[in-house]
Amino acid sequence: MSIGKGISPAGNADASSPGGGGPASPIEFRLDPASGVPTYLQLVQQVEHALRLGYLKPGDQLPKVRDVVASLAINPNTVLKAYRELETKGLTAGRPGQGTFIEATLSQVALPELTGLRRSLLGWLATADTAGLDEDGIVALFTSVLRDFHERRAGTGDRRAPASSETEGVA
Amino acid sequence: MNVIEAAGLGKRYGSTWALRECTLAIPDGHVAALVGPNGAGKTTLLNLAVGLATPTAGTVTVLGGTRPGSPAALDGIAFVAQNTPLYKNLSAADMLHLTRNLNSRFDQHYAETRLGELGIPLKRKAGKLSGGQQAQLALTLALARRPRLLVLDEPVAMLDPIARHDFMATVLTAAADDGVSVVLSSHVLAELERVADYLILMSHGRVQVAGETDDLLASHRVLTGPAAEVGRYAERLCVVHARRGGAQAHLLVRTSGAADPVPPGWEAYPVGLEELALAYLREPGAAALPGPARGLRAEPSEVTR
Repeated sequence: MSIGKGISPAGNADASSPGGGGPASPIEFRLDPASGVPTYLQLVQQVEHALRLGYLKPGDQLPKVRDVVASLAINPNTVLKAYRELETKGLTAGRPGQGTFIEATLSQVALPELTGLRRSLLGWLATADTAGLDEDGIVALFTSVLRDFHERRAGTGDRRAPASSETEGVA
Repeated sequence: MNVIEAAGLGKRYGSTWALRECTLAIPDGHVAALVGPNGAGKTTLLNLAVGLATPTAGTVTVLGGTRPGSPAALDGIAFVAQNTPLYKNLSAADMLHLTRNLNSRFDQHYAETRLGELGIPLKRKAGKLSGGQQAQLALTLALARRPRLLVLDEPVAMLDPIARHDFMATVLTAAADDGVSVVLSSHVLAELERVADYLILMSHGRVQVAGETDDLLASHRVLTGPAAEVGRYAERLCVVHARRGGAQAHLLVRTSGAADPVPPGWEAYPVGLEELALAYLREPGAAALPGPARGLRAEPSEVTR
């Protein structure tokens, strides 16, 4: 059940891990030694990434420290440091004798909607590709439009502010 | 508690000092890596700590003040020497039997379970096992003694990448499960960052650097800037190692904290453990021990001079 392979995240109802011994964590960690990112930070970022994409949700258990140590051959203190950092950020909470569990979520959108958005983005990418844009061009265009979008939203917010408080409910 | 503590420790073989003026304290609860080139004194230090050699000068104690080689020290420390020595003509089962009878404590269940998980046949002679399996057998024998300190001398030098990974996974799992402290010597710099949280760098029989890896990384950085200005800053910065081209230079410097100002026109980058270790090993004269780093003075008159 790695992030890369699993298309549907393992729900908490689904505890049918072949290894037995209770429900496994929905995610597995991996390390990129070439990234230059400290190991503990890689673990933190992978949990945040999984939260954003909906692979992890409140109540899910993170891999046990021992299991992470055994599968990646890394220092246990590194895993503990990552889990402490996640706890400090309010994303997880440790339950004595059980492990570390997700408390909060970073994904603003539920997984089905995310799938829909992904599909429409894929459609748009196909159009851009047909039009002759290469990858760098697509990234540049997307970044530029995203910036425009933010500026416009900030602009409308400013204009709306002095008008009246009635419109605030719409946003 | 310090698992190994040395003060002015020295060992001379004939007219050659293998270890000199070694003063260090390795706290418990760590996986400490002893790193240095061949002949740096790593094996000598480990042999002194486990009681296989006696000091020519200074003192060494283990497990919070215990004398190396004393019954309490022997009981609490497990040592796997270089090339993981085993009796090649004994089967794995016989090796378990032997170790159980030679020690006051031996977890037979752990040893058999572990060898089962590793797929090491109990009937096979140790000499017929693969290199990785021999290393795992020696490690299993050491861990089944339930030590408080595990000492490993060059444990993975001869192993292929998978065997190395599996070996270290076993060591680190023991550290996670039982809180066993680990001191290991290694040439494999690339793996340090993942494995060790305490680093001791040695060269020419002396300790150059010792400390928690997080502290070491936080107190060093690379400064990149014009090569022509190196001379101006070299005195005031604590430069460990300098690499310089015709126009650009990289200085690996020790700082007194993140607050140290970066000289105008220079850029600061964080440093990795491997880069840090290599920089010190290339400069046997540099030492991050003891004493505070000399910070860069921020006085404008000095900098703009």
